[in-house]
Amino acid sequence: MNRWSLAIGLTVVLAVSLVVGVRFGSVPLSTNDVFAVLRGGGDPTARDIVLRLRMPRVLLGVLVGGGLAMAGATFQALLRNPLAEPYILGISGGASVGAVLVLAFGWAASGSWVLPLAAFAGAILAIAMVFGVATATGRAMDVRVLLLAGVVVAAFFSACITLILSLSTARTVQSAVLWIMGSLAAADWGAVTLTAAYTVPAALLLIAFARPLNLMAIGEETAAYLGTDVERVKRAALLVAALITASGVAVAGVIGFVGLVVPHAVRLLIGPDHRALLPLSFLAGGAFLTLADLVARLALAPTEIPIGVITAFVGVPFFLALLRRSLTSA
Amino acid sequence: MRITAEDLTVRYPGASRPALDAVSLDVPAGCLFSVLGPNGSGKSSLVRALLGVLPLASGVARLEGRRVDEWKRVELARSVGVVSQSESIAFPLTVSDFVGMGRYPHVGPLSVETEKDRAAVRAALAACDIEPLALRNVTTLSGGEFQRARIARALAQEPSALVLDEPTSSLDIRHQMAILELLRRSADDGMTVLLVTHSLDLAAQFSDRMLLLAEGRVAQQGTPSEVLREEVLSDVYGWPLSVSTDPDSGAPRVAPVRRPPSWVPGSSRRDLPQ
Repeated sequence: MNRWSLAIGLTVVLAVSLVVGVRFGSVPLSTNDVFAVLRGGGDPTARDIVLRLRMPRVLLGVLVGGGLAMAGATFQALLRNPLAEPYILGISGGASVGAVLVLAFGWAASGSWVLPLAAFAGAILAIAMVFGVATATGRAMDVRVLLLAGVVVAAFFSACITLILSLSTARTVQSAVLWIMGSLAAADWGAVTLTAAYTVPAALLLIAFARPLNLMAIGEETAAYLGTDVERVKRAALLVAALITASGVAVAGVIGFVGLVVPHAVRLLIGPDHRALLPLSFLAGGAFLTLADLVARLALAPTEIPIGVITAFVGVPFFLALLRRSLTSA
Repeated sequence: MRITAEDLTVRYPGASRPALDAVSLDVPAGCLFSVLGPNGSGKSSLVRALLGVLPLASGVARLEGRRVDEWKRVELARSVGVVSQSESIAFPLTVSDFVGMGRYPHVGPLSVETEKDRAAVRAALAACDIEPLALRNVTTLSGGEFQRARIARALAQEPSALVLDEPTSSLDIRHQMAILELLRRSADDGMTVLLVTHSLDLAAQFSDRMLLLAEGRVAQQGTPSEVLREEVLSDVYGWPLSVSTDPDSGAPRVAPVRRPPSWVPGSSRRDLPQ
């Protein structure tokens, strides 16, 4: 498929998912209600739902979904591993420990910013631990060591979570599990602004790294011979992608499969050139998460299903089909 | 481009002897220079040390008189094309995109490829006889086709030096000869060519000078007839070899001979029971 036709197609899908995401929800609104609100009118309840709940929610979906997809594409290239995803370095585990601690000690009541802040701090701690191990051995950062460090750090945080939850009340366990499954329900304009302030410049920075990422995906030695400052690109791109992941996890919990599946789908359609792969993964990830969130809100309304369930229900069959395809074509 | 090295020494952690031990060489522009030696003699280490991707224990490598570690990687990539021993592709891409990566060092981070870049890619595909494969997925190529695509990528860099680590080992005779003829022509046009190879006969036919490595040290250096001597080769390779002169080219010709049980490394073929 031509990358420009996919770009146009995805832009349309993203625009539609934004409109549909604002239009539909557990409280029925008509298209006219929505347009009335956007023109500055409408009744106060409709205004509240559209402006304070649904708009920040769909925008946060775009930022988190797009960011995770782009981070996933970056990790896959740098680690030369098609199975890499944004949480592979234990970032989700660190964020979860932060969040679960806040829930277990009941600190969440002190302000809506406490939970995301603690999750972000946990994610940063995980990144620091994994990078610390991977760079401790010498001047070159070995991606195999990085991967192993990620697995070990994730296992450590997983044990921490189990310990905290085993000592917690049933209610805490429930809210912790719901947080870990991921949700955009906490979206407000503050979360949108903070996430955008980091994700948008970071996404542009990763796109500027597109050519070096193409080379790194082939191999570090080849990348060096073709003019890449391998260590600088590796560290900078990994850190930027890890921080995108951390900011997404902090506001939306651990939403799986977007970062794994979306880059693969885009790569299948237009090939592995990161100059197209990265921006199109952002569009596709944003649209996918916004639509998944809509399903999560509507399927069992007024009960919300954790969004991670929807992305996994779509992501798992897709990924198995992809795996089959790659095995039969090999 | 002139490639020089003085007393290059490389040690791998935990190894009992240095991988390279005080190796010096001087490859002027327009020279086709072959590096020979048994497995594990340090050929690839030498190449990587010359290109500044391997930390040196001591010694210095210079390109055009400037220390290799003072070159920025992108500057180096505009001047030196490298075909390393092996590479594996994790994600499928087309041959023309793959060869097009050779243009990356010439294109700014925010600019796009121009007609000049596309012309360089077409010329490289033609030189390596892979134009019909341009739209094929590299992961579906045969070993020989992939190898030619890698050489084409190095040519697309339009370098003033080429460094190739066993580039023809997976090629059939026709493509092996075609690539060596291409390297010879490039050298005659002024390019510096540094070639690591196990094909002693082919190296003898095409090289201006050669270097024979044994356990990280220079065993012999000079013209093909100075280096390819029976006693030296038999000793370095640990196998009896017979060297004759090719009646057509006048280049030395090397053939391994069956080893009788009494043969020990260090004895020449003339010591064999006739």
